[in-house]
Parts: sequence; structure tokens; C-alpha cells
Amino acid sequence: MHGSHTHSEVPLAVEILLATPFLLMLMGYFAAAWVSARIGRSWPLSRMLLWTAGILVSAAAVAGPLADLAHADFRLHMAGHLLLGMLGPLLLVLGAPVTLLLRAFPVTRARQLTRLLRSRPLGFLSNPAITATLNIGGLWLLYTTNLFQLMHTNMLLYVLVHVHVFLAGYFFTVSIIYIDPIPHRRSYLYRAIVLILSLAAHGILSKTIYATPLSGVPAAQAETGGMIMYYGGDAVEVMVMIILCYHWYRAARPSSDAAVA
Amino acid sequence: MGVHKDEAKQKYARRNLWSGVLFGLGLVAFIDEFVFHQLLGWHHFYDRSTTRVGIISDGFFHAFSWFATVGSLFIVSDLRRRKAWWYKRWQGGVLVGAGTFNLYDGLVQHKLMRIHQIRYNVDILPYDLVWNIIAAVLLFIGILIVSSTRKEIFKGAD
Repeated sequence: MHGSHTHSEVPLAVEILLATPFLLMLMGYFAAAWVSARIGRSWPLSRMLLWTAGILVSAAAVAGPLADLAHADFRLHMAGHLLLGMLGPLLLVLGAPVTLLLRAFPVTRARQLTRLLRSRPLGFLSNPAITATLNIGGLWLLYTTNLFQLMHTNMLLYVLVHVHVFLAGYFFTVSIIYIDPIPHRRSYLYRAIVLILSLAAHGILSKTIYATPLSGVPAAQAETGGMIMYYGGDAVEVMVMIILCYHWYRAARPSSDAAVA
Repeated sequence: MGVHKDEAKQKYARRNLWSGVLFGLGLVAFIDEFVFHQLLGWHHFYDRSTTRVGIISDGFFHAFSWFATVGSLFIVSDLRRRKAWWYKRWQGGVLVGAGTFNLYDGLVQHKLMRIHQIRYNVDILPYDLVWNIIAAVLLFIGILIVSSTRKEIFKGAD
């Protein structure tokens, strides 16, 4: 058990199960873009590229060579975590899927979608304090309990953990930067504070992993993995900060008389 | 020239100061990371004597310093579009922010929390002295500049 993992590969069926939703999301997005163009409003190429990149980046973490190697190597596991839980979701959010759906749907469908966005559960999920807790709390459980080890022998847990990492990362990003319409809006200052606190927690967890390697993970891999998490997290979250600050800056235009503070 | 310009500067005097302080803090954190951790390799990501509270403090400061860097530069843009950027006062703020953070890093984070030392396998005392004296000097010059611009505010108010 110790030193290296006994199961060094993810079963093909599990990879297909995790990759299929991403494939459907890619096809659905392009179908919606096609419908939108056909009814007269073409959808920007930049958004399509961002969405495609987001799908590729996220799917690479759950299927294919990286997912296989990540199973046995903690450094690659951590690189995969950054792709699935941070970079992938950011690129997908920048693809503005909800805006696209609202354009492509017929009126009644679009109204249903708007009603869903206004619903209480989505109000709950658009509160950054909630999504940050789901996001960082999930990682904390994964890396400080024996969940990480269990995940490598129990495929159901493996699937659940990966679905959680992706969804928590996506909803966290949606709750911090508003690219799509979002009925339950929170102030810039509140979102900025939650973003800083969650990056802090991410950094603290990274150094904790460096300092106290998980059982079954060689110390050298835990150290490199911790540093990948720390600096990789910075790289993605600084992009999120720039977008959030830019929106804040735009909203605080002097002509609209809205003060920054 | 600028009666109008001076009015804008004075109206946003506080915002000039704070964006400078935030930028100074972010700048020092960036130099610390880039020069001492990555280029020179003197600082360590973690050394075995790092305390728990040291890891927590590092996490918060690291995250905040990134946001401070990004946010303060957007505030500079905001001041410029309002024609209210007061470079001298902003610069004073930068030195105050840089000096304060460097002192905190040098005294509390390095010595008290033992996150890491400035350099390893050397006599650490001269490094600590130079580090903290530079920090204090930056802070002192910053306070001088800020207080001299403060006088300009009062002069303007007369």
C-alpha cells in the first residue's frame, strides 16, 4: 500500500463516464451557437474558443494519459486538480454559456431558464461564501483525511470527488465574476474579500500538504505537489482578480457617479 | 494651471494614499517572491521550523498582496481618468506600504513565526539587520513624503 499505489490506472469505463458530460457540453454549446446564428445573432468566436479550451482542459484531467498518470503520481494529480477545479472552470465561465442559451432558446424555454436562475437553490449557490466553503472545504477533506487514499481504491468515490472538484470550481468562479446574467448579485467588495480568503485557504492547504504528506504519497512528490498547488492557484486566481477588478473599475465610471468605495 | 486639477487631487487625497500603500505592499511581496524565493533561492517555501500560525499568516498575506497589487493599479487608473492622480502622495504611500510590510515580514514572519529565514547556512544577524533597517528607512521616508503632501492639503484648504 505504502510508497506507491497498487491501482496505477483508472478503468476505461470510469474515464468514459467522466468524459461524456464534457463531450455533451461541447456539442450542446456549438448547437446553441449554430441556432443563435441562424436566428440572426452570431455568437462570438472568442467565446467558442474559450469554451472549447475549457472543455479540453477539464476533460484532460479525467480521461486520457494525464488522468492515468495522475493516479500514481501526486504531482500530476495536483496538476490535474488545477485544470479540473480552477483553470477549466474559469475558461468555461468566460465562454458565457447561460447568455448563449438565453439567445438560442425559444422564448418559453428562455423564461424557464431565467426562472431557474432566480430560484432559491441557485441563489444559495451564487453566494461566494457558500461556494468558497464547498470548494475549499471539499479540498480540505480530500487532502487532510484518508479520503485521498480511499478514492484510489473505490471508483465510486473517485467519480464523486472529481465531479465535486469540477462543480465546486465552476460555481465558485460563477459566484465571483459575473460574465453571465446572475439575478442574485453580491457587491464587489464582498466578492473581493471572499476571493482573498479562499486564495489564502488554498495557499495554507498547499503548504500543509508540503509539510505533512498524505499517507501513501512519497515526501518529494508531496512537496512538489504542494508547490504546484500554491503557485498554480495563484496564477489562476490572479486572472480572476484582474477580471473582478476590471468589472469593478468599469462600474465605478465617474460619469455614472458611482463611487468606488 | 490647475486650480481644477488640484481640487481633484485633494478630493481624492485619501484614495491616492491608500492605493500607494496597497501597491507598496504588493510590490514588496512580489520582490520577495521573485528575487529571494525564485532567483536567489535564499528563502524557502517551508522550512521544518515553520510554525502553524506562520503558514496561516503567509497564506493570508500572500493572497492579500496579490489582490493589493491588482486592485491598487486599477485604482490608479481610476484616479487618472478623474484627473486626480497625485503622484507624490501616491509614491509616499508606496514607501509606507513597502516599509510596513517589510518590517512585518522581517520581524514577525521571519523571527517570531519562523516561516523561513532570509538565508541559510550563514550568520543570519547581518542579514536581519540590513533587511529591517532598510524597511524602517523606507517607512520613514514614506511618512515624510506623505506628511509633506498633507501640508499641501491644508494649504489648499486655506
